[in-house]
Amino acid sequence: MFYAKVVGTVTATLKDKSLYGKKLLIIEPVDCRGDKQGDLMVAVDTVQAGFGDLVFYAKSKDAALAMENPNTPVDSVITGIIDSIYKTL
Amino acid sequence: MFIGKVLGNVVSTYKHKELTGKKLLIVQDLANEDPNQTMIALDAVGAGIGEIVLVTNDGGVARDCLHLKTAPINLAVIGILDHYS
Repeated sequence: MFYAKVVGTVTATLKDKSLYGKKLLIIEPVDCRGDKQGDLMVAVDTVQAGFGDLVFYAKSKDAALAMENPNTPVDSVITGIIDSIYKTL
Repeated sequence: MFIGKVLGNVVSTYKHKELTGKKLLIVQDLANEDPNQTMIALDAVGAGIGEIVLVTNDGGVARDCLHLKTAPINLAVIGILDHYS
């Protein structure tokens, strides 16, 4: 899984049926110090992450397993909100 | 699989239900010198901080090692290296 910061939300009326009722958030991949590390991307939220939260997300086919229907067409899903990072080295 | 180094761990209360009870380790890929480019891997072997570990980046292998069926994970620490050259 990878770090990201929630920087926005997306609303879409016409979308795939299995995405109805799911919150779509714009996330920015960051490294563990919070510096930008990639382009913005849209991820489905399953843990009620809010704006500005530091979260971690799963990529590719494994991400779809976080949804009730494992065949939903998503490739990045927020799977957890980070409370604290304990990094000594 | 790649060789990584455990730099720390992540505490997360609100996370996917399959991840509860598992340790989330911060892992740096040793092929990539930047210590800030790290990833989060689920711990399957009880690796400690500072250890050189074997990390798989395939979700299916990770789930098999952790005996989980539907955990949304990409990376898992599946071995602790004694020596590598």
